Amino acid sequence: MHKFANPGQFTKLSTRVLPWTSSFAAVCFLFGLYFGIFDSPADYQQGETVRIMYVHVPAAWMSLLTYSLMAAASASFLIWKHSLADIAARSLAPIGAAFTAITLITGALWGQPMWGTWWVWDARLTSVLVLFFLYLGYMALVNAFDDPEKGSKAAAVLALIGFVNVPIIKFSVDWWNTLHQPASLSRLDAPAIDISMLTPLLFMALAFKLLLISILIIKMRTILIEKRIEAKQLLKSG
Amino acid sequence: MTPTRRRLTFIGLGFLSLLVASALALTAFEDTLVFFYSPSDIKEKSINTDKQIRIGGLVKNGSLRKSKDGITVRFEVTDLNHSIPAIYRGSLPDLFRENQGVVAEGHLSKGIFRAKTILAKHDENYMPKEVADSLKKAGKWKGGNKN
Repeated sequence: MHKFANPGQFTKLSTRVLPWTSSFAAVCFLFGLYFGIFDSPADYQQGETVRIMYVHVPAAWMSLLTYSLMAAASASFLIWKHSLADIAARSLAPIGAAFTAITLITGALWGQPMWGTWWVWDARLTSVLVLFFLYLGYMALVNAFDDPEKGSKAAAVLALIGFVNVPIIKFSVDWWNTLHQPASLSRLDAPAIDISMLTPLLFMALAFKLLLISILIIKMRTILIEKRIEAKQLLKSG
Repeated sequence: MTPTRRRLTFIGLGFLSLLVASALALTAFEDTLVFFYSPSDIKEKSINTDKQIRIGGLVKNGSLRKSKDGITVRFEVTDLNHSIPAIYRGSLPDLFRENQGVVAEGHLSKGIFRAKTILAKHDENYMPKEVADSLKKAGKWKGGNKN
């Protein structure tokens, strides 16, 4: 693992990986959206509104996964001082914030016709809103210092503290009475989603994961190039 | 101890104590973090029913009555152990029906819940209508709405 924590190795490897992940992401989105919009049945209770789930649920999974990766990268930066881990955490924050925003917006669009309200302050919705603010807080803090190293450290500590919220989000629907329904897929017995609706959901989930990898690679490479330009300018002026 | 080991132990222990602290805090908050009370909670726990509260459960089968004015409904909220009669005036969400989950916000007076807001609660089952129908036909239906 530590062998790849070197910018040269990372650039070489990511150049090879990026075309694959981005093109597979596009293919999975095409399949997922086709099945989700055209080739899947309406729900027996929700009717056509169920199609919002094909974006909402994968985006919600990604908001948690991205945060977990960001916390892991932050821990690795604090412990082993890998600068690449810091760059990964910095790149993950805006991506995770975008996934969380998509989750909140699509959830509100589903809630209005189904529950009769855009928003309620139940444990699940509130903890996801807290997640969104954690991402924004990380992004503000990481750039709040003149010395970028200090910003990275402070933001990494924030990311680790905020990780406590991840299990709270996951289990909020089991621990407390919430308006939000409990999980359908990670039940011990058979999943509570019919196979015809599971297919588009899983395609979309895979597409979102490949999208995350692709954007992460692009963003990390951008930061690496920015750093090189800065270093060259310093050399010239010095 | 090398500096890396020291940082690893420090961060590990710090994170562990943070987890314990939040677990304790959440346990202490347990009852105030619920979005609604079940009819059994209302009957068994001493919940202050003077202020506005939310109750949740299923709309009891066969309890839904519409008044002649067309916008007042009476129904019972049940958790299959206890049920509370409720009255509501206003428009209802799409998913509001007998044997479906409901969350009502309002206050309890003389044993009747006067709801100001009605929210429908959706369960975690997703299936096309044909599958639901065939499950009902085969007698394997485990969900709410038996109609």
